[in-house]
Amino acid sequence: MKEEIIIAGFGGQGVLSMGKILAYSGLMDDKEVTWMPSYGPEQRGGTANVTVILSDERISSPVLDSFDNVIALNQQSLDKFAPKVKPGGILIYDTNGIHNHPKRDDITIYPIDAMGATLELGNSKAYNMVVMGALLEAMNYKLPMENVIKGLKKSLPERHHKLIPLNEQAIEKGRALLKK
Amino acid sequence: MEIQDIIRPENKVYSAPELLDQNVHMHYCPGCSHGVIHKLLAEVIAEMGLAEKTVGVSPVGCAVFAYNYIDVDWVEAAHGRAPAVATAISRLWPEDVVFTYQGDGDMSAIGTAESIHAANRGENIVMVFVNNAIYGMTGGQMAPTTLVGQKTATTPYGRRVDLNGHPLEITNLMAILDGTCYVTRQSVHTPANVRKTKAALKKAFQNALDKKGTSVVEVVATCNSGWKMSPEKANEWMAEHMFAKYPLGDLKDVK
Amino acid sequence: MKEEVRLMKGNEAIAHAAIRYGCDGYFGYPITPQSEVLETLEELMPWETTGMVVLQAESEVAAINMVYGGAASGKAVMTSSSSPGVSLKQEGISYIAAASLPALILNVMRGGPGLGTIQPSQADYFQATKGGGHGDYHLIVLAPSTVQEMVDFVGLGFDLAFKYTNPAMILADGIVGQMMEKVVLPEQRPRRTEEEIRRQCPWAADGRKGGRKRNVVTSLELESSRMEEINHVLQARYREIEKNETRWEEIDVEGADYLIVAFGSIARICTKAKELAAEKGIKVGIVRPITLWPFPTEAIARAAEGKKGILCVELNAGQMIEDVRLAVHDNLPVEHFGRLGGIIPSPDEVVKALEEKIIR
Repeated sequence: MKEEIIIAGFGGQGVLSMGKILAYSGLMDDKEVTWMPSYGPEQRGGTANVTVILSDERISSPVLDSFDNVIALNQQSLDKFAPKVKPGGILIYDTNGIHNHPKRDDITIYPIDAMGATLELGNSKAYNMVVMGALLEAMNYKLPMENVIKGLKKSLPERHHKLIPLNEQAIEKGRALLKK
Repeated sequence: MEIQDIIRPENKVYSAPELLDQNVHMHYCPGCSHGVIHKLLAEVIAEMGLAEKTVGVSPVGCAVFAYNYIDVDWVEAAHGRAPAVATAISRLWPEDVVFTYQGDGDMSAIGTAESIHAANRGENIVMVFVNNAIYGMTGGQMAPTTLVGQKTATTPYGRRVDLNGHPLEITNLMAILDGTCYVTRQSVHTPANVRKTKAALKKAFQNALDKKGTSVVEVVATCNSGWKMSPEKANEWMAEHMFAKYPLGDLKDVK
Repeated sequence: MKEEVRLMKGNEAIAHAAIRYGCDGYFGYPITPQSEVLETLEELMPWETTGMVVLQAESEVAAINMVYGGAASGKAVMTSSSSPGVSLKQEGISYIAAASLPALILNVMRGGPGLGTIQPSQADYFQATKGGGHGDYHLIVLAPSTVQEMVDFVGLGFDLAFKYTNPAMILADGIVGQMMEKVVLPEQRPRRTEEEIRRQCPWAADGRKGGRKRNVVTSLELESSRMEEINHVLQARYREIEKNETRWEEIDVEGADYLIVAFGSIARICTKAKELAAEKGIKVGIVRPITLWPFPTEAIARAAEGKKGILCVELNAGQMIEDVRLAVHDNLPVEHFGRLGGIIPSPDEVVKALEEKIIR
């Protein structure tokens, strides 16, 4: 098993922390993991992306040209990374604010209304967990939910642990988006 | 009277300090103030029973070889960095007493940042600052503390404010910092002043033991060879010119 | 503290490792991309647990001189910085090496020269391995390629530094500093007691404890013949380190037609490139120097036997390639590929460079 994932969007959308929760969940499931951010001033307000690799084997490069799973949360990220989905791979993107939709027939594309689903939850901070729910549902590798919860506990500071049920709810909401 | 009658122990009025190494010759010029200040430090450390818990940090400058003379542990620092070196030793060995021995170049030119910040953090160290208004070791160039009009190798026509700026009263700067507990300016050109300097050093070492913060003991000193004067003339010149800019006395003494 | 599996950034891992390996003191000054080292230490407050001292200095210059002072007193001390800050530390590093003191310095390299960029680089290879400061000296230079190695090399770095009374440097790049990986933190190693320090470091200036003869730590010797003798002692130690401590990793060297030599995280990108090349039928082996000084000269010479060419991949304009060329004596083509200014090459780019520069 090996999943090469990139999550890309605006700074402030929770891209990096989603990556961290995903990586920690993989770690709780006994996988080798890497989390490689684009870092620096570009994080603030500009675009941010993070590459997460989950694998049974030792991971070589933390930096990749192409991905099994691409999550794009704005137009720029979609334009940049849609061509980098490996043939047979998965592209998930939030349709809000997207005017140029990707046209590839060699990959599976999931346009989702993650923002809408988040608004239904009533807490905009849960946005990245809605997106992660969609990814967990779409990915070939089925990460057990109990390890995702463990990953959440490890990633979030103790004072935020009361938010774990909300996060869990958001993940389920995200999963449901794909089941529609 | 035979010599043996004279040198009996009960007749002894003075002996060299036990911590001043008698097996090495001091490299200082005849008439230099460093020898007297070294002797006072050796006496104070011995009298306070600190020989086995003192670490000295020597500078770059004439006093670089201080470690050859006073029989305590020493670390020789890069130019200006003695307060940083002392900071670490003092923090890592909090039971030790750590002192720096710095000249005017070390303290107030290249090491200004380290000196000010160690004092501002209130490190429990003693900073001994020997201000002779000149760079002795490198051959008599201008120091930050060189007086206006004073001739040096790099101010051959006298220091000019428009070219070289003003003499720097670094000790006054130290006194306004909250980290310092004791800041004083002394000299060693008369027996009375020597006694006062010794008392100042004692107080400074006691402050370090009591963890009161940083103590700065400036000693306004002569450099007769750098000033190109006889030792006696240098003392007179110091009293006449240096004390006007660098007046003696305590600048701060927190009880 | 027991052994623990965590997900963390290389920089955070360094802070945890310092505490767990029984470090006595850390002195640093903030600079991107390694400020998390000091931040993490301040957050963990090790002075409350192991008694480790942590201090934010007024400058990199002060920090390295604090390390000099701490090391001179026999303590296990370290500092960390990034390229421009490490340039400022060079004077102190030269003094530490000259005075034969153990210390650990971390450089999380960013792109230069000058203020440069905050993105990853490996352009301080020359500075780290060829001296950096003035005079004839060497640091033991360890190049981590994973977050786990960031942790392990704190322990190894201190061990080697004390074994040879010589400063060691962890030469990392912004990638291993900033990326998160699974890491196994070691069980807490107790800090040495004062007794143990005195036994291990009889030369330490810690206050003439027990009335022993005075210790003086200095790098000054004006008598030329004695200074030459001191240099001979240092050189003999460097030969000893070269003999005993050269470390490297080989991946699929046997049976390969081509070699890639790369260090740090770039070696991992090259390992991915090797896999991509294999899909095209190109057989590539990797040699990853782990110690950049001492450099694995003989290992590279051996690995190069029967190969058709070597590609040196570095995040610089060609620095380690000089040592690789010296190792193989022009017996086969050796070419360089690197990106500058903080750009990280992708595995595809490495394959392309291999095809264009070596296979042709």
